[in-house]
Amino acid sequence: MKFIKNKSGFLDRTKGANELIDLRKTISNHKRWDLLFMITGIIALMIAILTFIALFAQMLIDGMPRLSWDFFTSFPSRRPESAGILSAWVGTTLVMLVTAVSAVPLGVGAGVYLEEYAPKNLFTEIIEINVTNLAGVPSIIYGLLALGLFVYQLGFGQSILAAGMALALLILPVVIVATREAIRSIPIAIREGAYALGATKWQTVSDHLLPYSSAGILTGIIIGLARAIGETAPIITIGALTFIAFLPPSPVTNEFPFISFEWLTAPFTVMPIQMFNWVSRPEEAFQLNAAAAGLVLVVMTLTMNGLAIYLRYRMRKNIKW
Amino acid sequence: MLFVGNAKNCLIHPNILLAKYPANLLIQNPVSKELPSKKEHVGKLGYSYRRKIHERFIESILFLSALLSVVIMMAIIVMLVKESVVFFKHVSIWEFLTDTQWTPLFDDAHYGILPLVAGTVVSSVVALLVALPLGTIIAIYLSEFAPFAVREVAKPFLELLGGIPTVVYGYFALLFVTPLLQMIFPELPGFSLLSAGLVMGIMIIPYVSSMTEDAMRAVPMQLREGSYAMGATRFQTAIRVVTPAAFSGIAAAYILGISRAVGETMVVAIAAGMQPNLTWNPMEPAATITAYIVQVSLGDLPHGSVGYQTIFAAGLTLLLITLIFNIIGHQLRKRYREIY
Amino acid sequence: MQENAAINRYKSEVKNLSFYYGTFNALKNIDMVLHDKKITALIGPSGCGKSTFLRCYNRMHDLYPGNRYEGDIVLYPDNVNILSPKVDPIEVRMRISMVFQKPNPFPKSIYENVAYGLRVRGIKQRAILDEKIEDALRNAALWNEVKDRLNHLAFNLSGGQQQRLCIARALATNPEILLFDEPTSALDPIATASIEELIADLKDKVTILIVTHNMQQAARVSDYTAFMYLGELIEFGETDDIFIKPKNKQTEDYITGRFG
Repeated sequence: MKFIKNKSGFLDRTKGANELIDLRKTISNHKRWDLLFMITGIIALMIAILTFIALFAQMLIDGMPRLSWDFFTSFPSRRPESAGILSAWVGTTLVMLVTAVSAVPLGVGAGVYLEEYAPKNLFTEIIEINVTNLAGVPSIIYGLLALGLFVYQLGFGQSILAAGMALALLILPVVIVATREAIRSIPIAIREGAYALGATKWQTVSDHLLPYSSAGILTGIIIGLARAIGETAPIITIGALTFIAFLPPSPVTNEFPFISFEWLTAPFTVMPIQMFNWVSRPEEAFQLNAAAAGLVLVVMTLTMNGLAIYLRYRMRKNIKW
Repeated sequence: MLFVGNAKNCLIHPNILLAKYPANLLIQNPVSKELPSKKEHVGKLGYSYRRKIHERFIESILFLSALLSVVIMMAIIVMLVKESVVFFKHVSIWEFLTDTQWTPLFDDAHYGILPLVAGTVVSSVVALLVALPLGTIIAIYLSEFAPFAVREVAKPFLELLGGIPTVVYGYFALLFVTPLLQMIFPELPGFSLLSAGLVMGIMIIPYVSSMTEDAMRAVPMQLREGSYAMGATRFQTAIRVVTPAAFSGIAAAYILGISRAVGETMVVAIAAGMQPNLTWNPMEPAATITAYIVQVSLGDLPHGSVGYQTIFAAGLTLLLITLIFNIIGHQLRKRYREIY
Repeated sequence: MQENAAINRYKSEVKNLSFYYGTFNALKNIDMVLHDKKITALIGPSGCGKSTFLRCYNRMHDLYPGNRYEGDIVLYPDNVNILSPKVDPIEVRMRISMVFQKPNPFPKSIYENVAYGLRVRGIKQRAILDEKIEDALRNAALWNEVKDRLNHLAFNLSGGQQQRLCIARALATNPEILLFDEPTSALDPIATASIEELIADLKDKVTILIVTHNMQQAARVSDYTAFMYLGELIEFGETDDIFIKPKNKQTEDYITGRFG
């Protein structure tokens, strides 16, 4: 804007000419801060992005040459070039199965109770504070709980069952919170509509609230499981063996009843443990194996998290209450 | 038959809706299936009684799953305290808190928690020096400055960054960041708190930034408009109005960040070494509380030995520290809310 | 260039103003003037574009993407179009203050709330701040109520007090035009009366443009009234004329309560 000095002298009556020039100086000074902060913000974001790129590139360069069909179908070995992750990925799959089967019903049930059933009283508040606190408990503490309770007290031993349940406890708060948020976002009118037709509370929940919030709950479950897949500390604490050159017994058998649960009590290893084991070896060849295992692990978690983000994105786009 | 006239216009045929619930009840209620003959005798009242039982049954199951969270918390505390009590029969609390050495596995055993606490504090401070400023700057940038498109891309990206397993970050710290730092500080050892702390900091950024940003987004638009209407710039509005208004949420984000740094395990276990070392110097290797637990777990300690109990005592210390932070965060929030 | 006499009387002139939210045309070819040191009221049914028009005056629409102005709002005596892309919206907002529908004090002390506009300008000297804040609070008829608790949080004030605080905040920077966006719609009748009284008192110091959904309020406080409907300015004139002998049928219908 060009400042027009007006001869008729009106400027003196309202804003002095000098005052206006000062004002503009101040504004341009302040705007410099805007620009400075913009640049700082972009740099900060870049640091995060560059770190990610460096991390990925490092693993890709080190690990890519090791990635082959054999790597997925071989057991760990003393010779780095013939070692693979067969027992690790099988172990991870089975542990995740246990985790999902125990965490999902419990987490969804707790979320539904807290959102739809819980009376407003001190006890409910205690449960709510507890869920928040559980989310803040370090994962290794869950490992200690599992070691004392599952491994020794209940006698599960250092098994797939103990590991899966430890991780289930760990992701329980994630599932609870996701369930609550998904259910909360359903408008009250839907509930009233169902009640008005004579539905009971559980019918309202099972016929309407759970189906309508299923995408949100699923997102939470996937995020929880993605976290569980990468968790190392609690499983180390349980005492998972790192050198496992055999597979757990198959869940499907030839004899009646054709299903066996023997695998639940079998010793096991999982992907992050295998990677940790290789990272801690001094020989560089094993560290290349670690990079390859890390690559597989990162692709797994990124895929799951990406799926969750995509689901949420689609949900926001499609559902407008 | 109130609906008959309207039925064609309804999106869902009303008869379907009307029919749905009684039908569902029959299917869902196994009791009514088993005793079909009694149904006539009891009539409508009995039916609703059975429905009540069914509802109560489901409610109790749901209640039990909610109760489980309290049970887990109590189990954690009981388990840690139980084993720690046995431990403190061997080792006095005084020695535990004041001895400057932690060598439970040596012949000359010392049980001073200080070296582990020092390692935890140093690595956490390094991590927080990275995560809190960067996380806050990113949050302010995304919430107040960034164009819509940048925000839509950056937020999921940061979320993905937060989803990478910690063991991978540990590998990255040991094999990428440490060699990089050794180019700048040639005397830096292969294991160091500095390298572990830096990577831990980067790892925590997404947690801090996403919670901080949520808190800032929750500040009502009216407040921003009030500030802009006074001629404030974006930066002035962000720093003087939005940040103070979002204070409680930002404080909570910081507390969460601190508690994560303190409890983080794999990065320090891999990149900082597992040797207890009473030092405040980030350039040295040292064990944190969590790294020690990992080290013991990797070994072959018999159940019930003093060595086995030490990890529970260490775990109890860790739980208390994180619990204190959670309580501080809670109080901070409550106090601020009262003023608000 | 306008005649000097006209510039003298007018604080601002709106020339052929149109405004778009994306593709939605919210204001259509509006022409009107603001008389210097007078109160102009904007009335009309909700959704007619009153607030949209008001927010053009301090470029609040610049905060959101996809908004577009057409036409001019000329500010006198500078004779400059404040909607021009070359004009810095921040400067416009420093010279034209706004009071919102809902009181929106900042989460700061009473003192810091009033000081905000001054601090934004970079004024740091305590003596100047103290003086200007006392002046602004006195002008907003709030000084006697809060002088002993300037360091208390503004949230502890009542709704009416908060709104007067927001007026003091706007006054502290000595604006040329003060915009009010339905300033009493969130307040009870007693607080409303005190705000109206205050607005009437401010007339000598500053040019005022006020949006109101309350016709009695417009009749009570304003010197000029503009009636808007569906984004168009239907009638503009002295308040007495508009209310006693409206020229337009729609204005008459609205004022007599036949729609709106």
